[in-house]
Amino acid sequence: MFTLPADLKPGQFNGYAPEAKKLALNYLATFQRVPLSFLPSLLREVIEYDYKFPAERRALERELENLRSLSPQDTGAWFGAFSAIQLSPALEKFDWVNLPAQFVEQLSAHLWATHQMDAFRKAALDYAERLRAAVPPEAPAQPRLGIAVIGQGVDKPEEPLFRKLRPHGALFTAINPENGLQQLLDTVAARAKENPSPYGHWYIDGGEAAPHDSSLTCVSYASLEPVRTALLEKIQTETRKPGVGPEALRTTMAQLHPTDLGMDKSGDPILQRFQMKTLTEGSGTQIFSTSFTQWAARECLRRAQPLSLLVRFAQRQRLKPMVELLAPSSASPQLDSMGSLVDADMGAYYNWINQQRLPGSEKSMFLVWFENHKEGVAVSPAMPRGTVSTSAATIPQILSWMA
Amino acid sequence: MSNRIISANSCDLMRHFAASAGTPRELARQLSFSRREFLRSASGLALGSALLPSSPLAFGATPQYKRKVIVITFGGGARDQETFAPEGQENIPHLMKELIPQSSFFTQVVNHGILGHYVATASLTTGVYETFNNFAAVSPESPTVFEYFRKELKRPVSDAWVVAPSNGFNGIGESSNRAFGPGSGARVILPKHLLSAATSGATDYSHLLRDSYETPLYAPQLGGSTFELEQMENLLKLSVDDFKSHALTLSSADELSVYIVRQLMKQLAPSLLWVTLHDIDVAHAGAYSLYIEGIRRTDRLCAELWKLVQSEPEYAGKTTMLILPDFGRDADEDAGGNGFQHHRTGDALSRTTWLMALGPGIREGVVYDRALDSTDLVPTIGSMMGFTATYSHGKPIAELL
Repeated sequence: MFTLPADLKPGQFNGYAPEAKKLALNYLATFQRVPLSFLPSLLREVIEYDYKFPAERRALERELENLRSLSPQDTGAWFGAFSAIQLSPALEKFDWVNLPAQFVEQLSAHLWATHQMDAFRKAALDYAERLRAAVPPEAPAQPRLGIAVIGQGVDKPEEPLFRKLRPHGALFTAINPENGLQQLLDTVAARAKENPSPYGHWYIDGGEAAPHDSSLTCVSYASLEPVRTALLEKIQTETRKPGVGPEALRTTMAQLHPTDLGMDKSGDPILQRFQMKTLTEGSGTQIFSTSFTQWAARECLRRAQPLSLLVRFAQRQRLKPMVELLAPSSASPQLDSMGSLVDADMGAYYNWINQQRLPGSEKSMFLVWFENHKEGVAVSPAMPRGTVSTSAATIPQILSWMA
Repeated sequence: MSNRIISANSCDLMRHFAASAGTPRELARQLSFSRREFLRSASGLALGSALLPSSPLAFGATPQYKRKVIVITFGGGARDQETFAPEGQENIPHLMKELIPQSSFFTQVVNHGILGHYVATASLTTGVYETFNNFAAVSPESPTVFEYFRKELKRPVSDAWVVAPSNGFNGIGESSNRAFGPGSGARVILPKHLLSAATSGATDYSHLLRDSYETPLYAPQLGGSTFELEQMENLLKLSVDDFKSHALTLSSADELSVYIVRQLMKQLAPSLLWVTLHDIDVAHAGAYSLYIEGIRRTDRLCAELWKLVQSEPEYAGKTTMLILPDFGRDADEDAGGNGFQHHRTGDALSRTTWLMALGPGIREGVVYDRALDSTDLVPTIGSMMGFTATYSHGKPIAELL
């Protein structure tokens, strides 16, 4: 069916989940005014509305309300660059209302092939800038705290740790490691009690999750083992089918539901969706615990915008040929502890960068700790940058100095 | 057209692009400037002028028909912070200490095309930004450097070879352009494919059979003409048993490729040899340590190949070696990407790479800042070897001629 935004009809949103449909119909007139090179990216967010975290919902609602408030003249100014993007007939005929994510991927390929990527990129940056100015992001209820625990299974690193983060904070070399993980979990739980908010305080573990307070939203690689196995089996099945290429596989993965991968129907649908997407959309998350952990943290920060996030990296399996890595196996994998430490060290840096992209970054705090060891780096407005402390300190003390 | 060129989170293009400081052109210039400063401080390179040609003795002693060119591309670029920046130089000791001092180094090679490895490498071979599906095993549409070379210089099929990493590269040796018929391009060797056939997938060799990481969940079927085991025995004088036993001593797919290159150089001494390395691209799996390992291995293999050139009588003194990544990787600062893992944002860092040229007549220890285009490679090789890349969109690099 050939549809341009101006021709949109309410019935075209019948395939949306209930809350998403309600939202779409409420803003139908707004959708009709924006160009096709832009709208599916917005609909990609709208169609997932029922499964979005509260912070995402608020941001989307505010963005939609802003678009609705634009005068025709403003609309022209906001979307002129998008309107100049030339689309192919195939894209215009695509079912972008019901498959907006697939459209966006097709659009990306089209932009590359037609050398319009730079123009689109600039249009997107300008849009984001205008939106930030018109709808300033909401400040967090309390300064954010990010924590990364790295180095499981390693006694002595082969290379200096925290090289990326040291210039931004204080290096501690005499931390008392005793009971350190529990102290960190207790800290995050206390923050959750102090500022309770749904999906506001997270604990992500690259292995088995340690016992933790129920106020924390928890994701662990180990608990998703059956889901990961089911996904790998599905990938194997799909790729054995004749004619299935990367696009078809990607589409199949995008259409999966948590129950397709054996997740419990009674579980939290929003969290299950997040977990599934971490495995289906992340690259390497299906095979490497460290990649899973970093990507889960990145997506958690980007989407849920938590006030607290404790991320504990574990050991990933050794590199093998992709065919073997993707084959579901009951055998215990060989682990690469030293490589995992290097991955996690970089992952911690990325966690900090991603946290700093969120509102309130000027007050945010970040702690990375070499698990069961004496080294860690604390980054916060209160910590002098690029300094080293060799004095004995406990984790609670360091956290108190960061505040 | 592939939808894998941008991540599943390509919607982030719209919603999560970080504001960048400056235009892409300004950022590319800044990047180039940083590279130059890193190199000048670490290797004592001189700043070259765009007006100065190569040495007046450029290829002077070698008749054009005897000249040889070896191109090494990295399918999976590496960023400055892991290579040329002070904190990254520990990963490329051979480039820094051995090769760069002998080379002319261009700090700013911008790839304006699609940032997928096969299509980008194909674009490097044609001098035209190809636009086909990165994940399809198809031939480039524009004529390749190998077809120009063979047709105009009337060279036999044995004189142009490609050694490439994965099945998808099988069609890279020749184009679908009608001006050049089938069989008019380069022979393509896929060492992993050979080893897989030789060993029937025995687990002892599994570390050498790592696949394309750009699309880890899918590998294209082999198509086109394939260099098979029997030809390996006949042409490279390498028995299957010797191949298998030597493979057991190697640690990566790229080492396997270099082993095959070694055999090619010894047995056939092709005048135009194109090698695409791929270990770095393991970065797509998200494991930083494996990405760094790939960079260190690539650094070592480049130096080994240059030493091989010096030690082989057929190559010594008459070979130009050109080394360049096909493109870069995403910046940590670009919220649309995930740092080193991919090359999907199209930001300046992912588009701007470098070129190193070594060989007789190439000015040594000189760094050039001016912007080159990825498509300049083919006409430059043409000018060096004496053929015209008629359909290429690039321009010969004057500083190398």
